[in-house]
Amino acid sequence: MNKEVKISCKNIWKLYGETPEKFLKNTNNNPTTEEIKQNNYIPAVRDASIDVNTGEILVIMGLSGSGKSTLLRCMSKLIEPTHGQVFFEGNDLLKASEKELIDIRRHKMGMVFQHFALLPHRTVLQNVAFPLEVQGQEIQKREERAKDVIKLVGLEGREKYYPRELSGGQQQRVGLARSLAVEPDVWFLDEPFSALDPLIRKEMQNEFLRLQSMLKKTIVFITHDFDEAIRLADRIAIMYEGLIVQVGTPEELITKPATDYVAEFTKDIPRSKLLNAESIMNEKDKKPYENTVNYSDKIEKIASKVLKSESIFSVVDDNKEVIGSVSKKELIKALFAEDKNE
Amino acid sequence: MNKIKTILRGKFFFIFGPFIFLWLLRYIIPNYTISSKTPHWAYIPPKSCLGGCGSIDGLVPFVDWTNALIQFLRKYEIFGLFTFRDFTRGIANYVDKFLDFTEAVLHKGFPSYDVGPLPWIFILTLTIILGFYLRGWRLALLGGTCFSYLILFSKRGIWELSMKSLAAISVSAPLAALIGLCLGILAVKRKRFANFLWPMLNILQSLPHFSYLILVVIFVGIGTKAGVIATVIFAFPPMARLTILGLQNISQEIKEAGIMAGCTKWQMLFKVEIPAARSPIMLGVNQVIMQCLAMIVIAAFIGQPGLGHDLLIRLQGLRLGEAFEIGVAVVLIAITLDRYSQALALKEPERREGNFLKRHPYLCTSIFSIIICTFLVFIFPFFNEYPKEYTISASVYLDNGIKSFTRSLFVPLGIFRDWMLIYFLMPLKSIFQSMPWTGVILFVGAIGWKLGKIRLALTVMLFVFFIASSGYWVRAMITVYMVFASLVICALIGIPLGIWASKKESRTKIVLNICDIFQTFPSFIYLLPAIMLFQISDVSAIFAIVIYSSIPMVRYTVFGLRNVPQQIIEASITSGCTERQLLWKVKMPLAFPEIILGANQTLMFALFMVMIAGFIGTVDLSQEIFRALSFSDGGKGLIIGLCVAFIGLTADRLLVEWSSQMKSKLGFKV
Repeated sequence: MNKEVKISCKNIWKLYGETPEKFLKNTNNNPTTEEIKQNNYIPAVRDASIDVNTGEILVIMGLSGSGKSTLLRCMSKLIEPTHGQVFFEGNDLLKASEKELIDIRRHKMGMVFQHFALLPHRTVLQNVAFPLEVQGQEIQKREERAKDVIKLVGLEGREKYYPRELSGGQQQRVGLARSLAVEPDVWFLDEPFSALDPLIRKEMQNEFLRLQSMLKKTIVFITHDFDEAIRLADRIAIMYEGLIVQVGTPEELITKPATDYVAEFTKDIPRSKLLNAESIMNEKDKKPYENTVNYSDKIEKIASKVLKSESIFSVVDDNKEVIGSVSKKELIKALFAEDKNE
Repeated sequence: MNKIKTILRGKFFFIFGPFIFLWLLRYIIPNYTISSKTPHWAYIPPKSCLGGCGSIDGLVPFVDWTNALIQFLRKYEIFGLFTFRDFTRGIANYVDKFLDFTEAVLHKGFPSYDVGPLPWIFILTLTIILGFYLRGWRLALLGGTCFSYLILFSKRGIWELSMKSLAAISVSAPLAALIGLCLGILAVKRKRFANFLWPMLNILQSLPHFSYLILVVIFVGIGTKAGVIATVIFAFPPMARLTILGLQNISQEIKEAGIMAGCTKWQMLFKVEIPAARSPIMLGVNQVIMQCLAMIVIAAFIGQPGLGHDLLIRLQGLRLGEAFEIGVAVVLIAITLDRYSQALALKEPERREGNFLKRHPYLCTSIFSIIICTFLVFIFPFFNEYPKEYTISASVYLDNGIKSFTRSLFVPLGIFRDWMLIYFLMPLKSIFQSMPWTGVILFVGAIGWKLGKIRLALTVMLFVFFIASSGYWVRAMITVYMVFASLVICALIGIPLGIWASKKESRTKIVLNICDIFQTFPSFIYLLPAIMLFQISDVSAIFAIVIYSSIPMVRYTVFGLRNVPQQIIEASITSGCTERQLLWKVKMPLAFPEIILGANQTLMFALFMVMIAGFIGTVDLSQEIFRALSFSDGGKGLIIGLCVAFIGLTADRLLVEWSSQMKSKLGFKV
């Protein structure tokens, strides 16, 4: 793959306890679960290595306490990892000076928080202009820019409001606007929609996708909601007790779960919405049949016509070349995956 | 026989046995009593003062050491340039510069520019507008009433006195707030400094005012500036505390948002942290103002003129009617400043759109009324200086009223007083006086140990040992007796009142409001009714202490009872509890830890008030402090002050630990 890597984490460890650095050194930077437990350390992140590619949406998913937020904070050095390296555009973030860090955060990173983290004493406009203000931009210039971003997130006319006068969804729009004000390259979102009720959450997810389709940022998105992850992600990393158990596209996670834990997670996902023809086709059968389906068609779309007809369908790629076949048999096997085990 | 065996084997006996044994020795050893000229060493520490404590060594000569240190600080020249006293006096002179300014504005005027002090009409109008701005017409009405009273009742110069006091407060309050804020910030940013600051704040806040008044006299002198400096020392600790709490409680996310926006450390502090913690910080300012007001009277002891000074003189002369008038002025100012600063703390920024007039309505009104007032002042002298002919005074009527009131109640009150003395206070006093110091040390140690902390046990034993070895053991036990007697009465009044108040929402509201108002009264005010009713005796002292320190007892009882989770109450009702069973079997046990905390607060309040009650002649530690004050004996004042502080801290440590252990047993978060 020759995708450009924006952020690269190498063997990140974050342990809580007394002198965790020493402990890691003594165990060759690779303590076992037993060793960690015996020495009374709490592992937040264990040996996490992951690359974030330019322009992709990487969703880090896991239950609470799985270390996903800690890993995100290691990427922006809000938390200093106990061990490991973080490369941001090729530069080692952990070796950067305080001044360099402030500079990177001022111009290249934006972050959205679960509970919005708006400054209560500032109006919407002042909140959004805040990152520009600390850079020392002139008031007129920064407020102009802030107004643009507020318009972008659909809060026009609310510039003079204080956060407490806004609903949760509106507050998070302010949070989004603030993080976008500096036109960051990387956009960190820490469970941005978890504190909102389900209907608003859906609306905000659409809003997020709309913004991303315009802005094309590199995004690291944290959630504990698998449905949300599937809706938004290019790739998903699943974390469990501080470990990254699997990284892959949503389809890969469902069709080839690396562990039982991942399988358990993906069990209840409506496969028809997620899997495409390519992921369920019979790869050995490359005979050209009369009927064809595109490799990227979701099962949802092709199910009825495949199930109705008795014949086999060819799966073709964009160049109309046959790469496999789909029949009733594959379809049923895919949709009722649990039966595989029996 | 078996019963005795189980008692002997029991934990209770093991813990309290030594104390009881040492106590019972009084029936065996002849000189084991307070009336003996040479009491046994195990009963009263050697070299303690028994009657008058002129110059006493104590087991450990703490007083001499402290005085030597004070002498050193007075005389020794640092780098041969200046002494510590020069340094403190230098600071005091800077304070004096600010004072000159506020005094000129409020009551002296600027004679060199031929400008008088701020006319009353400005102060009244601006107070009212500020009240409207901060909360609404109720607050404005309160402020208006307060200043109208000061103007109207100014026959004996209450207005000028108030302005003198306000001039002092307007220097001491900002100074104390600033110092508290800086120390608080420093403590949050530097862990090591926090470890040093916390115990310092604990001791500073439990030290009685009078003991550092003496030090202020030595190092600064007397008069208004000395009063201001004493006030600042007294008022900054709560500010520091609330700043620390406020800054620590900012949500992690807000701080992270600041860091991610790329704030430098200073931007973080001034643009994120302080604004995000502004409510607790402003409550700190409110506390500072209240402490400054409490000091109005106390600073008068070292010659600060103002309301406090005149109140004190009238109290000493038993001119109660006049004292009452001044007392009302102090209370009104206290309530007004309290409510205004509270409103400021809770004020949320408001959204206003439109032209300048619409965006800043209050600013515009203020400017407009300043212009009008200026005209009025120049045209009518009435508005410049309120003419004395129009002032009133009710002191004569008050005097008569108080006289006839006390005369008609003389007999029943006398009976009540004597009954209290003979059947409650005297027996209690003799019990406390019969306690041997060795036994008390073992007793507090045993309780600390029973609470499961060796460190706690050692700390409280050390506290008690300090008191014993300082030479003021007998006096200290009288203080403990007064505090204990008040605590018992406070509990007898406060807990039932709290139970009654917690039953209905409307009662809770009323009672808590009354508590609020009572708490804003500067403590000296409580001596007024006490003297009025019981003249000068232990009973009047305890009466004053009880009204002042019942407040936390009521408050915490109400809080504890009302905070019992609704689910548990509903579960008990569905189990068929009667009202009474619900209270005694469910609510009270759950509220008990909170009530213990209330008792602890009551104890602290009582200890404070005991010191002030020394003014009407009790024979405990407070009397010695007053004596030290009149001889400017800094060492003695400080050591007795520490004795008082350690009495408080001993009780505080044990009760708070007990309460929090009970809370965690009940599964509440501590």
